Amino acid sequence: MATAHAEPNYMAIFGWLFVLTVVEIGVIFLPIAKLLIAIMLVGLAISKAALVAMYFMHLRFERRTLAVIAATPMLLCVLLVFALLPDHSAVPHQSAASSPRPAAAPK
Amino acid sequence: MSQVAAVHPGVEPAESPLTPESWGKLGMWLFLAGDAMSFGGLLAGYGAIRFGSADWPVPAKVLGIQLTALMTFLLICSSVTMVKALSAIRKGDRRGLVRFLLGTILGGVIFLGLQAYEWTHLITTVLPPQGLTFTQHLFGTTFFVLTGFHGMHVTGGVIYLSCIAVQGARGKYSPERNDPVELVGLYWHFVDLVWILIFTFVYLL
Repeated sequence: MATAHAEPNYMAIFGWLFVLTVVEIGVIFLPIAKLLIAIMLVGLAISKAALVAMYFMHLRFERRTLAVIAATPMLLCVLLVFALLPDHSAVPHQSAASSPRPAAAPK
Repeated sequence: MSQVAAVHPGVEPAESPLTPESWGKLGMWLFLAGDAMSFGGLLAGYGAIRFGSADWPVPAKVLGIQLTALMTFLLICSSVTMVKALSAIRKGDRRGLVRFLLGTILGGVIFLGLQAYEWTHLITTVLPPQGLTFTQHLFGTTFFVLTGFHGMHVTGGVIYLSCIAVQGARGKYSPERNDPVELVGLYWHFVDLVWILIFTFVYLL
């Protein structure tokens, strides 16, 4: 059993998750720059994920080792995103509709 | 010897302050870390493809946000029932445990039903006219792979939860022995957490 502590107020966490979700949906309709919207959405998503991880999954009250295990993929995924960035234009991405139809194959 | 080991002699004395008390929790977290990398890989790949694409549609215009918002709310609620289930068995409330586990399962099943409806609607009606199906455009491919991979996790989770619920109904868990309930909770919260990220990056962004 993790260190003794009062049970977190799960309904309060639920309330926050609900509010953050509503805010997220509202943000995409704001008449501001797309980049700003993207930053806000990422921030909101990370906040929600952190609430679930720290309180529902109990990480806040566990031994540090578990938090390190949980945080490692987050760090690695950020690195992964940056590692893939140079390849984003390596393959031309055209839908079947926008690419020219290939010439008929010889029989 | 740590206080925990003194109180719970069934647990090996910790070799160091870094050793988690529960091997089960360590194992589940290690699994979830690996699973997070799977989803992370898919999401990062999705990001790279979308970022480099010239004709990516606006997801909010193609996909149904209202339905997805409901699905998100549903999974969050099921996480709450899951946490309440664990809380119940820690207080010795076996009926509460089973009731809240069933609530969690119900949330998962309804989520899957809504996803099946959403997929059917997209596959038959919405995507073909716009040339965005699974085979026509990477929008469709990445959407179905991401949500499908997640949906498989939800399905597995529902089965896993059902097994624990059956054991709970048989009285196998108690305030002293409820690790399996905690572990299924960790898995289920992970599934919810991943959906929060998919909802944000695939539907909203």
